[in-house]
Amino acid sequence: MLIEVKNIIAGYGGAPILKGLNLAIEQSDIGVIVGPNGAGKSTALKAIFGLLKVSSGEIIFQGQNIKNSLPDKLVPLGLSFVPQEKNVFTSLTVHENLEMGAFIRKDDFSDSLDEIYEMFPPLKAKRHQHAGELSGGQRQMVAMGRALMSKPKLLLLDEPSAGLSPRYVIEIFEQIKKINQLGVGILMVEQNAKQALSFASKGFVLANGTNSFSGTGKELLNNPEVAKSFLGG
Amino acid sequence: MNELIFFINKVIISGAVLGSIYALGAIGITLIFGILRFAHFAHGDMMTMGAFITFLLASAATALGLGAPLPMGFMLLPFAMIITALIALGLDKAFYAPLRLRGARPVTLLIASIGVTLMIQGLIRLFFGTKTRTFFANEPKDIFRIDMSFLGASRPIVITEPQFLMIIVTIIAVVSLHLFLTKSKFGKAMRAMADNADLAQLSGINTKLVIKVTWLIAGSLAAMAGTMLALDVTLKPDLAFNIILPIFAAAIVGGLGHAWGAIAGGFLVAFAETLAIFNWAILLRPFRDKLPDWIGTDLSIVATEYKLTVAFIILVIVLLVKPTGIFKGASS
Repeated sequence: MLIEVKNIIAGYGGAPILKGLNLAIEQSDIGVIVGPNGAGKSTALKAIFGLLKVSSGEIIFQGQNIKNSLPDKLVPLGLSFVPQEKNVFTSLTVHENLEMGAFIRKDDFSDSLDEIYEMFPPLKAKRHQHAGELSGGQRQMVAMGRALMSKPKLLLLDEPSAGLSPRYVIEIFEQIKKINQLGVGILMVEQNAKQALSFASKGFVLANGTNSFSGTGKELLNNPEVAKSFLGG
Repeated sequence: MNELIFFINKVIISGAVLGSIYALGAIGITLIFGILRFAHFAHGDMMTMGAFITFLLASAATALGLGAPLPMGFMLLPFAMIITALIALGLDKAFYAPLRLRGARPVTLLIASIGVTLMIQGLIRLFFGTKTRTFFANEPKDIFRIDMSFLGASRPIVITEPQFLMIIVTIIAVVSLHLFLTKSKFGKAMRAMADNADLAQLSGINTKLVIKVTWLIAGSLAAMAGTMLALDVTLKPDLAFNIILPIFAAAIVGGLGHAWGAIAGGFLVAFAETLAIFNWAILLRPFRDKLPDWIGTDLSIVATEYKLTVAFIILVIVLLVKPTGIFKGASS
């Protein structure tokens, strides 16, 4: 297993939001967390990435317990996180954004830069523009590119399709599949539940801070109970 | 022609000198705001402290019988910058870092910095007294007079050696800072953190180290500005406290968090001040015979005592027209 989250309880100080969350994915997986608003989907990603305190349970990344580790420890280990909002440095150029993603790397990362530009061709033309001037879809590309520059083994994506036009949603999902094929495990939170589960190798339905259903994406899509309660029939 | 020379001396040179000091001070304020999101009110007193440190070093060097081709205070400035930078780091560790750790709001940090202001001023008065000192008690202050007789002027352009050096070091400091912020990995990380501190942390940027470097830069630039100001005028415990408000105005006018904005704001405020207190009647002197009497002999826009108002008028205008400053600055 690339990452295993075992029975974690976490929150922002008050009542816990995650009440015993379990999930596990391999490096070859695209894991998707779906569920109603307020179920703790984003909180789950933040808890893994050390952005809030996990009071009990275990988070094992490649055999190492990373519970409550801070991002500057996690990024060198091979985790990378794309938040839903404010996920680019707006006053830095596209190129500088990508360079910041490689901040922890000591080696020459110019071929990684080339790979990102190849993966997201629109960015190459706009490499010297400020990221704040780009469209929503292109910003999302910068955000994902930035996160990939650290050569992660696991990429955490918080609602990558939020606020994008349908055309871009398809494009971003295609890119996520491609990134996964390059050997990067994906764990993402999605509102577009049906669309995301249709290409997920692992799905987790979150409700009230625990996962009420887990399975492959297809299993969850075909589960009548999941369909009725969480996918709108 | 003499009238024009007078204008150059009073407006261009004075403005450039004042602008250099405002810019160096405002860069520190804007960097600290960008990284730590609070208005560092004690910045003026860090400038004064830097000047006093230089003064101590210069006095010691003179007592040891050392001589220097340039003013002693200027020669020892690099050492004073290092010491002041380390003290700035210490001030952060002692007063601001514990507050940040407890999640204090920016206004709490602002109040704490006012406390630091009073503390530094008190310590300076305790050790040095309240009297005014000069760096040039034991050495002459060189004055350059550029002869303009070939233009038919009997007055020369006058610039003192400290003023000339100040403009030069400001240019060097600004260019090096620019190269640091745009070319070096760490400088880019500083801009990234000023832009979006959470994302900087997520990217694995060592934000604690960025904070330290910010204080080192702000502290050393403060020592530079304070020392150059003291070399130009005199050294006293409220040296830079008196100009902290126009320096803040410069940082805000330029767009808080934006280093280029601080420089532009510094020179804008400084030139506006020198232009506003300049007696424009002097430029009209050659035509006095043809002008009506009601024009009078004093045409300055504001009296020298009210110089400070100019900074605030500019501040109000800029905030009304472009609330984020000339360059787009941080909104909070």
